[in-house]
Amino acid sequence: MFQADRVVTTTCPYCGVGCGLDLHIKDDYIFRVTSDFNNIVNKGNLCVKGRFGYDYIYHDRRVTTPLIRKERQQPGQRTQAFDRDEWREVSWDEVLDYVADRLVEIYHRDGSDAMAVYCCAKASNEDNYLLQKMYRALFRTNNVDHCTRLCHAGSVVALQQAIGSAAMSNTATEVAKADVFIITGTNTTENHPIIGLHMKEAILKHGAKLIVIDPRRLELVDLATLYLPLRPGSNVPVFTAMAHVIINEGLYNEDFINRRTEGFEEFKDSAQKFTPEYAETISGVDRNLIIEAARMYANAERGSIFWGMGISQLAHGTSSALGLIHLAFLTGHIGREGTGLNPLRGQNNVQGASDMGCMPYHYPGYMEVVKEENALKWEAAWNIEPGGLSREKGLTTTEILTHAKPGGVRSLFIMGENPMMTEPNLNKTRHHMEDLEFLVAQDLFINESGAYADVFLPATSWAEKEGTFTNTDRRVQRVRKAIEPRGQARADWEIISDLAVRIEKRLDRENSAFWGYEEPEEIMKEMGSVFTGYGGVTYERIEKVGLQYPVPDKDHPGTPYLFSETFPSGRGKFFPLEYIPAVEQPDDEFPFILTTGRLLEHWHGGTMTRNSELEKLMPEARVDVHPIDAVRLGVENGEAVKVSSRRGDINLRATVTKKANPGVVFIPFHFVEAAANELTIDALDPQAKIPEFKACAVKIERITEAELPDPDVQLERGRW
Amino acid sequence: MTSEVTLTIDGQEITVPTGTTILQAAEQLDKDIPTICYHEHTSSFGLCRLCVVEVEGARVLLASCVAQVGNDMVVNTRNERVERSRRTILEMLDSAVDLSEAPEIQEQLSDYAANASRFGEVKKRAMPVIDDNPMFIRDYSQCVLCWRCVQVCADDAQFTFAINFSGRGFETSIDTFFNQSLTDSTCVFCGQCVGVCPTGALKPKREHLLEQGHTPDEIMQLTRTKRRKKKRRQERPYQTG
Repeated sequence: MFQADRVVTTTCPYCGVGCGLDLHIKDDYIFRVTSDFNNIVNKGNLCVKGRFGYDYIYHDRRVTTPLIRKERQQPGQRTQAFDRDEWREVSWDEVLDYVADRLVEIYHRDGSDAMAVYCCAKASNEDNYLLQKMYRALFRTNNVDHCTRLCHAGSVVALQQAIGSAAMSNTATEVAKADVFIITGTNTTENHPIIGLHMKEAILKHGAKLIVIDPRRLELVDLATLYLPLRPGSNVPVFTAMAHVIINEGLYNEDFINRRTEGFEEFKDSAQKFTPEYAETISGVDRNLIIEAARMYANAERGSIFWGMGISQLAHGTSSALGLIHLAFLTGHIGREGTGLNPLRGQNNVQGASDMGCMPYHYPGYMEVVKEENALKWEAAWNIEPGGLSREKGLTTTEILTHAKPGGVRSLFIMGENPMMTEPNLNKTRHHMEDLEFLVAQDLFINESGAYADVFLPATSWAEKEGTFTNTDRRVQRVRKAIEPRGQARADWEIISDLAVRIEKRLDRENSAFWGYEEPEEIMKEMGSVFTGYGGVTYERIEKVGLQYPVPDKDHPGTPYLFSETFPSGRGKFFPLEYIPAVEQPDDEFPFILTTGRLLEHWHGGTMTRNSELEKLMPEARVDVHPIDAVRLGVENGEAVKVSSRRGDINLRATVTKKANPGVVFIPFHFVEAAANELTIDALDPQAKIPEFKACAVKIERITEAELPDPDVQLERGRW
Repeated sequence: MTSEVTLTIDGQEITVPTGTTILQAAEQLDKDIPTICYHEHTSSFGLCRLCVVEVEGARVLLASCVAQVGNDMVVNTRNERVERSRRTILEMLDSAVDLSEAPEIQEQLSDYAANASRFGEVKKRAMPVIDDNPMFIRDYSQCVLCWRCVQVCADDAQFTFAINFSGRGFETSIDTFFNQSLTDSTCVFCGQCVGVCPTGALKPKREHLLEQGHTPDEIMQLTRTKRRKKKRRQERPYQTG
């Protein structure tokens, strides 16, 4: 019988659900993870990543000493260095002085526009707040972004326009109170496994009806009342056709529309051409299914909508999300328990990183940078002369890289992200990375992006630092230091404060923006003093149970669901929509539509999970092909294929499965040896600047086993 | 129908809502009724019978985790009859199963002065540790068949239905369908089963290896995936625009 030295309660570092974890530790080694059955978020349930996927902390590939590249990198000729021999181990003093020198040199020479930073949706609120503060206060730039741009930017912009707030309106567990709920563009059981459990429970134990609208035949389709298998990129016609049915059959909630919304008449006219028949020709979904789905949702007592990246990751991601928002406006399924508009946020702290202002158009608290009064508030908070902060919108994640050329962005600071896996059209991204003059990576491992860096700053994992994460339903929860930092690794917020002091000194600023934090809680306090949504959050209050912001003051109990009385923008706005097809349509040469996504066992660019035991459960990338397509291609389950688009090609094995629909193939984007983003298209949504990951045209050809990146590695599980 | 009932537990009167189980009512009076298969967050099926109590007028002892309260019920949570029943259950378990890693049951054994040796030489359930996946091991010689793992795998939590009972009588054990390895079953390795296991039957692999005497560094060596050689990507001509 094994006794733990201690058990530390913290929050899971993987997805946006934000499950509570109890880490059982012996001699600084985590040997078992359990969860409290009374935990309000996950009720003691975990998924494979949360329960078993933490061992990357101890992996010997993890870097725990600061590193500088031996060979000085030149813009345009930058190379990747995975091998430790290509790096020099240095002290923290040396590395931070070096980074400060180089950054300040570039800033003095080329000004604010040459500076850019990627914050990190995996790091804590405190880390993120501090990093955007460093770039805004010291380098006076708004070139601050993070992976929300690649994830839910479309939803965020749509929600901001329509209702003025971009978070999940309700609590995930409220799905049990809904009698009809729609999931679309989300493979919830794999990507938000615990919310997936709540959904299964809602259906099987509380009698809720589920409508799935998705191009893949997901696990939850087995439990669905209606399944609408649409073609990728045809969201707007399907959702608007549902609106058409709701309007024309008089199923809309007139009282709600009159009291709470505006622009209904214009929208009504614009929706007239979106008949179910028209939607059927575009989406391939039977018109009767669209009609039935519309009736079922509109007639529900409490209807709820959950959506994921399938809605936002399109070059018309904003319209696509607006299509869903309209459905809630028409039926009044918002502002009550068990209803709502619920974008499921991917990362553990993507909500928090967005709240902390790690976005080029917003300060913390979604205060627009272009508004003078917002800038003045933060200038006061950061001790900056009035007019000091930039009033110009910065560059987004994808734009930062496309601007990496002389006269544009010269230096990039990457905290914990891996654009070399997660940007679309990697072939192009690679050249942009090479064009940078100076690149800093702050991470646990030298990943595909960090390998391009000049400097590597070893940060601590989530288990080695204090802080907070904000989960998908806006719950601010504690992250606790469970073990001592490995090697010389330091917490992100410590590294940033230390670096900021050195930069500030070199810039010779009159006033200091203040970097002398002793504890991360002081950072939270500073942020909450301006962004009142977090004003009432203290570590003491969230010691046991997290609070759902907005929490405006110390006595406020938190907000489980939003908009019961009004929307932040006053009235909800309808926007007339047009159907914009996906940029790249299948043709004779590239006959399949490729859609990308995640798997249960892996996480995004794979920096964590591919250095973990999870790798053994899912060691290789597979392309999902429908049996009908497989017959046409002459491909059998497990055989090697080459998938190519106009931008690149990858070799991998095929899984022949009905999980794919005919004409649509799926590849997860975790695997560097067959990186789906070699194929994806870098078309952007004009407003949200989110790339179109979810639809591009590809072709598939059989190849020999020997042409696979590693023929010996094969998934041996009979995974459904 | 009244929404509340009044009953007597060990001479103390208590009023609780209809539908409350005897176990829940007794807990409110701080009565210590021992349980094994019962778990607050899984469905109760009264499998282990350790929680039996005597209800006056009832023919047999009732499993308090499932038996609901009734008006004017008179319950004895611990008397000689109850004790003998519990002791026998514990002795039978102890004689057949390795309980060394079940501290709660160990306490119950001493509390009820259970003595398995009175059965003489009996057959122990002994089977090799099943190590068929990277996440956790299954040592069914320690399994008391409480069924919690099956319940959380089914409709108490995960709705995955990867495991169930197999075999009959003494040969009963928890298994996947057709005795497949877990990796070939519908298992998603959420480990919900590990979280509710009351003995050492289900255990994270890393904990198992620590117990075997390996150091954390050795464990990381043992379980490490081989680093694949990074193939340099073929350079592709780059077009701007």
